[in-house]
Amino acid sequence: MFGMGIVRGLAETARNFFGSFVDKDRLVTVQYPEERLPVSESARNFPFLIYDGEDKEQGLRCVACQICEKECPPRCITIEKSKDKKPDFVGKPQFYPAVFDIDVSVCMSCQICVEVCPFDAIRMDNDFELSTTDRFGALLWTRDKLAMPNEHYLAIHPTEAAEVEARRATEKAQAEAKKQQPPVKQ
Amino acid sequence: MMPPVDQAFVVLKHWLVSHAPSVTQPAVSVVLSIVPILLVFPVLVALTTVLERKGLGRIQNRYGPNRVGPWGLMQPMADAIKSLTKEDVVPASADRAVHFLAPLVLLAVSFLPYAVLPIGRNMVAANLDCGVVFFFAIGAVSEISVFMAGWSSRNKYSLLGAMRAVAQMISYEVPLLLSSIAVIMAAGSLSTVTIVERQSGFTGIFPHWYVLTPWGFAGFLLFMIAATAESNRSPFDLPEGESEIIAGYYIEYSGFKFALFFLGEYLGMFAISGLGITLFLGGWSAPLPGLTWVPSWVWFFAKLLGIIVGFIWVRGTLPRLRMDQLMNFAWKFMLPMALVVVVSAGAWRFLPSGLIRWLLTTLLLVAAYVLLARGVESREKIVKRTYRFAE
Repeated sequence: MFGMGIVRGLAETARNFFGSFVDKDRLVTVQYPEERLPVSESARNFPFLIYDGEDKEQGLRCVACQICEKECPPRCITIEKSKDKKPDFVGKPQFYPAVFDIDVSVCMSCQICVEVCPFDAIRMDNDFELSTTDRFGALLWTRDKLAMPNEHYLAIHPTEAAEVEARRATEKAQAEAKKQQPPVKQ
Repeated sequence: MMPPVDQAFVVLKHWLVSHAPSVTQPAVSVVLSIVPILLVFPVLVALTTVLERKGLGRIQNRYGPNRVGPWGLMQPMADAIKSLTKEDVVPASADRAVHFLAPLVLLAVSFLPYAVLPIGRNMVAANLDCGVVFFFAIGAVSEISVFMAGWSSRNKYSLLGAMRAVAQMISYEVPLLLSSIAVIMAAGSLSTVTIVERQSGFTGIFPHWYVLTPWGFAGFLLFMIAATAESNRSPFDLPEGESEIIAGYYIEYSGFKFALFFLGEYLGMFAISGLGITLFLGGWSAPLPGLTWVPSWVWFFAKLLGIIVGFIWVRGTLPRLRMDQLMNFAWKFMLPMALVVVVSAGAWRFLPSGLIRWLLTTLLLVAAYVLLARGVESREKIVKRTYRFAE
């Protein structure tokens, strides 16, 4: 019958309309600022620097080797090496970054800095609420803003962080053992 | 006996006019008739945009706007502020004068038809003897404003959109007029006020609405389909088909000019719905004899809301037609069907009242519907395509 298709369509939309008031499963929209979906462990957007312990200055893992600065495809990282050295987690004296800036308006979240870092010092954060009212100053993240405690890393990427922790623990144990044993005579 | 609240606005107006200096009384009377129309209907447009967006959202299992104000009801304010603060871009090669005038012309001709719409008992701005003719004459001007917009923008999409719009509006004006001719024949008057009065009686519990007769029902459906096409609403929104011609004749309009077009389109939709109510649904008259105590203007706005909900429902349901489908439907189905409605309205007038009249007119309309439907449905069968060289 001519016109029955329209009637069937109208019935279908009416069912959806009234169903959305009755059946909560139909409304899949997450009302974002009030409700949030859990962030996936593999979510990532911009890098941060890890520090161990309490002190940002002392615990910073970065040794200012500048590999990430050189590897960064859009070249958003700026590092200035320090003049003096401070001991790292195994007690070896290392340089540290006097300046470590990331221009997040340039960063393309490729994670190459994380891949190349030999010191597990830079990792990707998953914070996505980053809007600012200042286009210039607020989008240049300095060392103080980038530095985050290791606990934060353990919290956002637990699986990956556990591996890093285990590796660092064995490295530290080896270094300790080396220190205990006197050097073998030639 | 009229309940006082029914005539409250009329009494208020007369009271205000009587307190004005006698020289200014005609002017005050005119202003007091116009200002409520200019205030009430744009507010209704604002509410409808929220209602529409929320309704469409629910049809698509979404929430719709719910951020601005309680339940998102202040959304039109946010939209208005947004469109007022946007840059008004006029293309360098556009005809600036016509480009500027097009939205104003549309808005002006969208407000004019309200002059002859009786929104309640004794509530009509101008009781013209040729009210329906005036309505359609003004309605035809909106085509000019659409073409002004399309032509002056100097953009191929806007020109295509305007040509589509004009072709569509002229095609659907014919069944629109013919289906209202049936009502004019039955009422014997072109005055909208008289047409409503003819429908305000009751037989038993049934009101004398023309929609409750066989020809009136068919005429109402034809009228509303044609009204949908006239107001460029989905599924007849080809002139602004986003997927083909981006936004049609709107394309070079931004900021407040676009908002004026939007307002004009919704006002046109309300006006033509109001005419449909006046012609077929008994205007401001109550649907049941026991409900005549409810103020007449409440019934008008309740019916208007019902029709708007219908428009939104149809928009949420049907996909956009193709140009040839649109034209075929107008000329091969709507036009002959409207002529049959006119004939059956004439038969209804001259046959003696009783069951035989119902049977004959219903039979005539159903037969015409079935036969015309065969003509529209018979089309080339789509078969699986065979390729000579591929495969």
